[in-house]
Amino acid sequence: MAEITAEATTPRDVPESPAEPRRPPMLAVGPVAWMRANLFSSWISTAVTLALAYLIIRWAIGFVDWAFVNAIWSVPVTEQGAQTQACRALDHAGACWAVITEKHRFILFGTYPYEEHWRPALCILLFIGLYIVSAMRRFWRPALGLIWLGTLVVIGGLMWGGVLGLPYVPQERWGGLVITLILSTFGIALAFPLSILVALGRRSRMPAIKMLCVVYVELIRGVPLISLLFMASVMFPLFLPEGVNFDKLLRAQVAIILFAAAYLAEVVRGGLQALPKGQYEAAEALGLSFWQKTGFIILPQALRLVIPPLVNTFIGMFKDTSLVLIIGIFDLLTAGKTAIIEPAWQGFGVEVYITVALIYFVFCFAMSRYSQSLEAELNRHRVR
Amino acid sequence: MKPMRLATLRTLGVAVLATAMAAPALAQQQPAQQNAATMDAIKSRGTLSCGVNTGLAGFAQPDSQGRWTGFDVDYCRAVAVALFNDASKVRYVPLTAQNRFTALQSGEIDMMARNTTMTLSRDTSLGLDFPAINFYDGQGFMVKASLGLKSAKELNGATICVQPGTTTEQNLTDWARSNSIQFTPVVIERVEEVVGAYTSGRCDAYTTDVSGLAATRSAQPNPGEHQILPEVISKEPLGPAVRHGDQRWADLVRWTHNALLAAEELGITSKNVEQVAASDSRPEAQRLLGKTGGLGEMLGVDNAWAVRVIKAVGNYGEMFDRHLKPLGIQRGPNALWTQGGLQYAPPFR
Repeated sequence: MAEITAEATTPRDVPESPAEPRRPPMLAVGPVAWMRANLFSSWISTAVTLALAYLIIRWAIGFVDWAFVNAIWSVPVTEQGAQTQACRALDHAGACWAVITEKHRFILFGTYPYEEHWRPALCILLFIGLYIVSAMRRFWRPALGLIWLGTLVVIGGLMWGGVLGLPYVPQERWGGLVITLILSTFGIALAFPLSILVALGRRSRMPAIKMLCVVYVELIRGVPLISLLFMASVMFPLFLPEGVNFDKLLRAQVAIILFAAAYLAEVVRGGLQALPKGQYEAAEALGLSFWQKTGFIILPQALRLVIPPLVNTFIGMFKDTSLVLIIGIFDLLTAGKTAIIEPAWQGFGVEVYITVALIYFVFCFAMSRYSQSLEAELNRHRVR
Repeated sequence: MKPMRLATLRTLGVAVLATAMAAPALAQQQPAQQNAATMDAIKSRGTLSCGVNTGLAGFAQPDSQGRWTGFDVDYCRAVAVALFNDASKVRYVPLTAQNRFTALQSGEIDMMARNTTMTLSRDTSLGLDFPAINFYDGQGFMVKASLGLKSAKELNGATICVQPGTTTEQNLTDWARSNSIQFTPVVIERVEEVVGAYTSGRCDAYTTDVSGLAATRSAQPNPGEHQILPEVISKEPLGPAVRHGDQRWADLVRWTHNALLAAEELGITSKNVEQVAASDSRPEAQRLLGKTGGLGEMLGVDNAWAVRVIKAVGNYGEMFDRHLKPLGIQRGPNALWTQGGLQYAPPFR
């Protein structure tokens, strides 16, 4: 006690300004401390860290060598086709990015007429613009629906042509990235409202509607997407009268919408069930009609709850569109695979697949990051 | 009440089943009945819908600019030229092995040039017609040249790479049994991987259709290190197909193929065809090129059709040299009958 009092009474050479908070020693916090705690805490941990670091660095050096240092970026193309001997001489010591240089337009646009490639290119930009606009909350108003409608009409006009002096391009010549974007955008945009209706229907008290929704969800969810695409492309035309033919892309699109809607409906239903019953009762006590209750009280809360699984399904659907390759539609992945069929380019699949994977990754990663920020923003009130 | 209801249910069930089973049958019959005038429909539409492979080196593949090229594709172009005098009036519909027959049955395409093997069941129960055989293919073996093999019969005890699901695997087993050869199959689904397994030495031999072997061999860094053994163990006659039931349309496809063959036999090429048409006095050439005989009109096109076709795509040999020879595919059975092959055009008269 005496010591304490003594210390308290002894005048100290306190600086005038309040003391700056002292930082803990470097070895207790900061990167060095983190590494000591997590990477080098024991001899086993140190050994594993060193071994893995060695492997990673070796792999990284190998990859950089392959992808950049030894890579060939273009080869001469003569009358007889591309001269890929230089690439073959590398014998996999370096990447042959020449295949991308030569084939990138085919991978992006498929068999679309070469002189008209600006049209699908513009469509891809329009799609991306549409995504960006839709992602900004300040555009979340009824006019956004009109923007969507307008943009999709413009995209349709650009792709098909036949208006404003653009030559007509039949659907089976479309291909590449634009097909992937069309299938996934329309698929998700139309499946989402449908899924909300189905989810609501499944919780309805009217037995007929409930039954219908249950049967729909269970039937569609019970079969793989491939078999739905098969039905749409192989069985369906047989039941139509001769000469009546729906577009192959349209049939695949409808199959994808129905499939996505069944999965999304279950996600939305999860959100509806997670809401406390009090919310429903309170809305009813206010005298709101069913649609008012659903639109103003229930859905905003329910959808907010299920953002992660919704985006999960969206990303899944985006990648599932590549299954259309089994019915002969040239989506991004199929176009990539077709690009390396030419004998000159056979054996350079890795380069093409890496490129295609990068494109898929950019879109999926953007979706994922956006959903995280949206989630954080919408659920701010829950964070205490 | 209960038995009544059961009976009603049963009737209903039978009715539903019957409809479900009858519907495809009806749908299959329909094209045959209604397609008496494929050619008129194509002419009024202005384009020929032609089903092609989604991508097979040499036969049908889009080039870097998205234009379809290949041996089969040239058959689409040849028929379009015969009809419209314009090789660009073709709608190419890429078809997978799964949806190719439906596309033809349902009328989505008018003809299919998609390296499809002619078989009895396809000719009959699938409702197709194969007017011509444009490529005689067959299953063969490729081995490393360093093994020094002379014949596939020496493959006893070998490890053989093969793709599953197709007739290839079945043919291999049948052949091995009938020649009492023991082998270890390595079954791999994807083409790139099966080729990779062969080149890396996991298998001694790789078996698939000879055309595919040749394409694979030509894509190797050093094609000379591989050899294709002379045995061909299966028959794969590939040809264009049309819907069963419209003979006039099948005739045009058949005789377009025959015209390409006859042109090669008579030495008529895309370069000299107009000169030959103007000056050659051989009666067969005169009839083929429409100077005499009025053969084109019998087919429902004009008499100069063969001149246009040959000018646009060349004769059979030129097509072969353009698309298949660069892959290292030899004429073999696809040589003209005058040179010991099987390609034989009936007379033009």
